[in-house]
Order: sequence, then structure tokens, then C-alpha cells
Amino acid sequence: MTIGMKTVSIKTILASAAVALGLISAAAPAMAAGAAAHPRSGGFSFEGPFGTYDQGQLQRGYKVYHEVCAACHGMNLMHYRNLGDRHGPFWNPKYPNPNDNPVVKALAAENQVPDIDSETGEPIQRDATPADKFRAPYPNATAAAAGNGGAAPPDLSVMAKARHDGANYIYSLLSGYRAAPAGLQIRDGQHYNPYMAGDLTPFWTGDHHDVPPGGFIAMPPPLQNGQVTYDDGSPQTVDQYAKDVAAFIAWTSEPKMVERKQAGFGVMIFLLIFAGLTYASYRRIWKGVAH
Amino acid sequence: MAESVVHTQDTHSPEGGDPNRRDFIHIAAGAAAVGAGVMIAWPLINQMNPAADTLALASIEFDLTKVQEGQQVVIKWQGKPVFVRYRTPAELQRVIADDNASDLKEPQTDAERTKPGHEKYLVVVGSCTHLGCVPTFGAGDYGGWFCPCHGSHYDASGRIRKGPAPLNLVVPDYEFASDTRVKIG
Amino acid sequence: MSEHESTYVPKTGVEKWLDTRLPIIRFGADYMSLPTPRNLNYWWTFGGILALCLMTQIVTGIVLAMHYTPNVDLAFASVERIMRDVNGGWLIRYVHANGASMFFIAVYLHMLRGLYYGSYKAPREMIWIIGCVIFFLMIATAFLGYVLPWGQMSFWGAEVITNLIGAIPVLGEPILIWLRGGPAIDNATLNRFFSLHYLLPFAILGCVVLHLWALHAAGQNNPVGILIPKDRAKKDMLPFHPYFTVKDGFAIILFLILFAIFVFYQPNALGHADNYIPANPLQTPAHIVPEWYMLPFYAILRAVPDKFGGVVAMFGAIGVLFVLPWLDTSKVRSMRYRPTMRTFFIIFLVVGVGLGWCGGQLPDAPVIGSFKTFTLIDGDLNSYLWLTRVFTLYYFAFFLIIMPLIGLKEQPLPIPATISEPVLTGADAVEQKG
Repeated sequence: MTIGMKTVSIKTILASAAVALGLISAAAPAMAAGAAAHPRSGGFSFEGPFGTYDQGQLQRGYKVYHEVCAACHGMNLMHYRNLGDRHGPFWNPKYPNPNDNPVVKALAAENQVPDIDSETGEPIQRDATPADKFRAPYPNATAAAAGNGGAAPPDLSVMAKARHDGANYIYSLLSGYRAAPAGLQIRDGQHYNPYMAGDLTPFWTGDHHDVPPGGFIAMPPPLQNGQVTYDDGSPQTVDQYAKDVAAFIAWTSEPKMVERKQAGFGVMIFLLIFAGLTYASYRRIWKGVAH
Repeated sequence: MAESVVHTQDTHSPEGGDPNRRDFIHIAAGAAAVGAGVMIAWPLINQMNPAADTLALASIEFDLTKVQEGQQVVIKWQGKPVFVRYRTPAELQRVIADDNASDLKEPQTDAERTKPGHEKYLVVVGSCTHLGCVPTFGAGDYGGWFCPCHGSHYDASGRIRKGPAPLNLVVPDYEFASDTRVKIG
Repeated sequence: MSEHESTYVPKTGVEKWLDTRLPIIRFGADYMSLPTPRNLNYWWTFGGILALCLMTQIVTGIVLAMHYTPNVDLAFASVERIMRDVNGGWLIRYVHANGASMFFIAVYLHMLRGLYYGSYKAPREMIWIIGCVIFFLMIATAFLGYVLPWGQMSFWGAEVITNLIGAIPVLGEPILIWLRGGPAIDNATLNRFFSLHYLLPFAILGCVVLHLWALHAAGQNNPVGILIPKDRAKKDMLPFHPYFTVKDGFAIILFLILFAIFVFYQPNALGHADNYIPANPLQTPAHIVPEWYMLPFYAILRAVPDKFGGVVAMFGAIGVLFVLPWLDTSKVRSMRYRPTMRTFFIIFLVVGVGLGWCGGQLPDAPVIGSFKTFTLIDGDLNSYLWLTRVFTLYYFAFFLIIMPLIGLKEQPLPIPATISEPVLTGADAVEQKG
């Protein structure tokens, strides 16, 4: 080891630090004034490099979505067949093609979807099949907005990726409704939620250094204790519902996450071995060569 | 990177040390590179295979009352035309009589190509087995179909009788959901 | 080097036949035996890494184009279909999306290496200039590509960046409408952006060929920065293969490990969550930022209070790189022997990262704490606006003032006569002073 090499490594560290700084600055969301409260952790099973989805939780989450959220929120990227996909809520190794999965078929058939009668060309409603998209609650965006006081409920298909710290955010938002602090002027049809993005300064009549976190949300608190019946003994509480549906939305947002992490593990092992072999080869070739 | 510098000027001796071990390392590194290439190539090739939504295309159901005797209805299934033909007694008689004809390139009886009890209905994929054109209904020398592209003649059982096509029109997987409904696929 | 004599001897009959008709094997063999300065360090491996990045982007891009639909109603869903239904589509899309970031990490390090070791100085000006063209094309390609998923950031990024053209006096407005194909970003815009995003990488590839051609005409620079005398060539050079193929190969694998960490474990860390919201022309996201690799230039754009002035400054920040070979008055190439310049270079690095940081912040937000100091012209002194302005000033001063002046005034350290000297006599000790 020569002195020259030491300098190189210092430069390496400097440059790496610079790159890392750059990356962090890109990844870190800039905080706006009057920021929302930091989401609470839902303690999800799919976090970390080896995390996977909890199938029971996904099933409960689908139930909550189907019985509560689906009344207003669509999932236009999801098909009923996806429920039977590998790592999905109703995956069954006996049915590698989810279209054959009887549970999936039954879940699909619970829903009516619009179609065109093949004889008369008239619009009809029929039972959904696994190949159909999730039933849309409104025929179009205008109807969705009109039915909700002007604020169309957003599609939830990729919601966990469309918000920073998605799953925890959804969990915190759904279970985080609370009475508005005194001094906050709430407009009609709005609700206070500390986890909602926004800036409440214009609506705050109290001390300016003490603006409450969060923002207004048009959605009233959607979940109540005991609202959805679980048959696996999980607690039927708002907190549990929120967690489960957040997990479900995390899955719909990133259905290939488990495949991705598994593939990643193999790729990392391979690359480390490859790097070791190439380094050994490199040392051999450069052996005795001054440079 | 920690690189040792050996103070013997200009010793170009990459092959120092035990030659066997040296070869092994280079071969192993080279093999890993080839392995990496294969690993990268596979997803790039596999992505062109049918996607999940394509595979999920539902089977279709068809109401047979829409076909009149002596006619056919063409429906689209998995992007291909499917002929559903309601054959007349005369046509049936003729194809059964030809069951053992010597000019059948792919010998099949009409019974093998229909469902028992529903012999009058023939369901075939409407792609000529030669190069995939859609044969014309009711044309040709055998009263079945005639392919306008290269002149293949099919009989009313969809069997190839004359022309360049090598095989009979393909009968897809289908079943009778009821007496008047077929489920194809 | 260009004077490098061909040592290829065709062995078989087929090779001889081919060699007189299309000497392509000779070309490859000469390339492989190219004499390369033996003292190249790991900073020289980014050329190979960049070649890999370009090929990765082209190959995955061609694959994605097989499944992507450039239509405002279908684009977002078609990208998600790639993520869900296409076999391995999630992998290909994440490689392409993160590949862009990896490409820029590598290109920035490659450029900084050139800057530090004076690789742009005579006789290598053309290598540097073509490199600047490549960098500019990369920015354009990345911007066009970012529009394609048709999320909120795609749409509003396109809106804001095309509006820069509108800042041009008189001609701006007609050009803007021509560029967008209508009064607003819409289907016509998406279609042409897709077409151009497919085209430009091949223009980059063409420039890379020129970049390499120029490199082989002028010869590689090296960390010592001296031209290697002909009589030293035998001692100071090594054939490219196997010495540098294996070294580049090892560096590429290390780079791939970083790449794989992002693709497999943090695929969306470098992107923005808002781009998973389908584009909505009626609603702007609360805080729009470009991709991280554009942030320094975005910061420079916002530093200037005048709209057109901002655009000029931003393009000027890239344009100044083109004339860099003539701004540097130093006779010494490598900053190893230019301790004063090295200090300014390190400040430049910090400023560059700082500009990137500023580009991601709201201009009015305070830098330290949450207090106000006093208002200077149009903004509080304790705001990112003013920090950005200070950094922007340094960025331009570095090229336009510091570089020419230091080159004339500084006293460089003694330069070794050969590249072997510092290695073999330990003269590298001079580096300790840095």
C-alpha cells in the first residue's frame, strides 16, 4: 500500500459522500410549511429487504376495501383475477392460473359490472368474472365528483406508491381522525386530519407558532369499530381495519414486491461472488505490474 | 482500492504463480460473466411471451339460437375468428359419407370433430391451416370453405380436401353449457 | 494512441479473406491491444460503466416500447400494465427508471474526473466537447423519458420545462406552441416526446463513437496528466486487454451492486411519489421538483429573478462547459500538482451538491432554523433563494474567473517526467499535501 493509494481512498470517500448526499437530497421530500404529522408505523410484515405480505391481512384488507372503500374509491388497475395471483390475498398453489381459482371466481361474481349485450347492443349489468376489472363505483370522473361535493375520490390502485411512506400514511390517515382543535375554522364538508397534507395557517385563529399539523380532507371518517366482520378472530377495530386495508393497498400498489425482493436476494449473492472472482482475476493479471 | 506495488520494474508477468489456479480464476470469472449475460437475456426474451392479462382473456359463451340452419356465425375468440356452423341434413350426410374418403390429408371422422348429440353444430377456428387466412364460407369444391389466399378446399366438417393446407381446421376446446349455449375456451 | 501499430496477424484462411475485405477483426484486436497508461486509477473506469449504462437504457427502452402506449388516456395504465402483467415487466421498467439515475451518477463522476485531471486540455478538447454534447443530449433524453409515464410530475415537469422556451423574447410563444403541438401539453406532445425519446439515445450512441474516436486520436490522459513520450511508451503503457478489461469489469460489477440495491430494494427512492398520480391538467402538485440529476441546473434557473435570465443562466451553466478547454490557462493538466486549484475544486464539489440540495427546496424556506433575518432585494437572506444565488455565483466564477486566474498565478508542484516515476520512487508523496 502506497501513500498515493491512501489519497485515492480519501477521494473515493469524498466522492461517495457527495453522491450519497445528492441521493438523499433527492429522496427526502421537501417539507412545506405547516407540514402534516409524520405517519405512525403500521408495523407491516412487508417492510425490510425480506418482508413479505401477510396473506391473512391482505384478505381482511380486501374485505374492508370491498365493504367500505369500494363504495366511493375505484381500483382501475386491478382485476379480480389479481386476487388469486402469487403472493396475493387468495393465492392458492393449486390454481396457478388465478382465473380457475374458485374463491376468486366467487369474489368476482359478487360484483355487477357493466357490459354490452352481445345481441341487442344495449348496456347491461352482469356478474363479474376474474378477467374483469374491479367494479368502478362511478361511471366517470364527473359523476364521482358530483356525488362527493366536487372532490372525486381518488383511485386507490397505486395509492401506496403515490404518497410518501404510503402504507404507514394510509394507516395513519384512516385511523388518525380527531376532533378539530378549538380555533380551527372548518369549512363545510371538510374534516380535520393531522396526517393530511396541507397548510392550516389561513384557517387558524390561535397562536401563529402553534398551527396544528395536517390539513382538511373531504372524506368523513370512513371506519367504525365493528363495521366489518372478521372471521379469523382479528380485532374488529378501526386501528386494525386501517392497518389491514393499508396493507391491501400496499399490495395492489406493488403486487410484484415479493418477487422483486426474492430476485434481488439472488442477484446480490451472484454479484458478490462475481465481484470476488473478478477481483481475484484482476489481482492475478496485475500481479507484479507496477502502476 | 488497495493495490500492492511490486518494486520490480516492468515485470509483465500476469501468469505468475500456479498456472492451474490462475486459469481457474479467469475461467470462473469468465463463466460468471457468461452467467450474468444469460440472466440478463432471459427477462428480455420472456417479456415478449403473452402477458398475464392476455392469458386471462375469458372464455366466451355463445347462444346457438343465433345461427340459422345452413348458416354460420363468426365470433372472435382470443383474437381469432371462430366459425359456428349449423349444418343442413344434406351437408351432414355428405360429410359422414366422406369419413373414409381417400383424399383426406388428416383422416378424421365428423363425429370426432363434433360433440355427441350436437352433431349438426360444427365449431372450428376460422384460420386456414396453410398460412392463416380466413376461408370463405360455402365456397370450394366440397361445400365447406375455400381459402382465397392459396386455394385450399375444406368440406363442411372443416377437413382439408384439396390445396396446400396440411391439416383440418382446428376444433377449439369447447363444451355445451346447455342445449343452446356453447362455452368456448 | 493513433500511432499504435497493428499487431494482428490473421491466422485462418477465413480471417485472411475477411481481413482484406472488412478488417473488422483487426479493428477489434487493435482495440484490445491498445496501449493504455498503466497508472489509470478507478476514476477511469466510468467510461466503461457509462457504455454499459447506455446499452442498458437502449435495450430496456426498446423492450418497454413494445408495451408502452403513447396516448394521454392509456399511457399511465400501460406503464402499470408493464409493472403488473408483462412477464418480468416490473424488473425491466425499474431497471430503466433507475438506470437513468445510475447513468447520471456515472456521468457526473466521469466529468468530475475529467475536470480534476485536466482531461479536457490540449490535445483532448474535442473529446471533452463531444462529451458535453453527450451530456446535453442525456439531459434532453431523460427529460423526455420522464414525461412518458404521464403522472403528475411528468405532466407538470413538461409544462414547466417547455415554458422555459416561452421565455425567449418574441419567438418564444410560437416556438412553444410548435414544440407542444397545441396550446397546452397534450396528446400531441406526448406522442412526439415518445418519438424523440426513442431517437435521441441513438444520437447519443453516435456521439459516443465520435467520443471514442477522438479519444483514440489524442490518446488517454492519465492521473499524472503528462503526455507519455514515445520512447517511454513500452514502459509506461499496458495493452488494454487483459489489464484494463478486468479492471473496468471489476468496477462495473461494483457499480452493478449499487444499481441492484436500488432496483430490487429501493426502486422508487429516486423518483417522486406524485408521479404515481395520473396526470391532471387541472391541478398542480404542491411541490414540483425535477429528478435529482437536474436539481443543480433547476436551482440555477430559479436563482435568477428574471424569467428569460433564468433560462439563459441555466443553459449557460451547461454551455460554459463547452468552452472550458480555453478557460483553463494552466500549463499543468492534473490537479495533483495544482494544490491551489484543488482547493477551489473541492469547494466546487460542495457547491455542486449544494445546488442540488437547493434545487429540491422551496426558495422561500429558511436555511437555518425557522427565523427571518432581513430582506435583501426580493428575499430573506436566510432563505434557499439567497443560498442558491451564492452557489450559482461560485459555479460561474469557478469557470470564468478562478480557472483563468489561478492558471496564470499559481505555482504548480514539480511534475514527474514520466508516469512511472511517481509510482516507482514514491514521488506520490507530493499528494500528501492535499
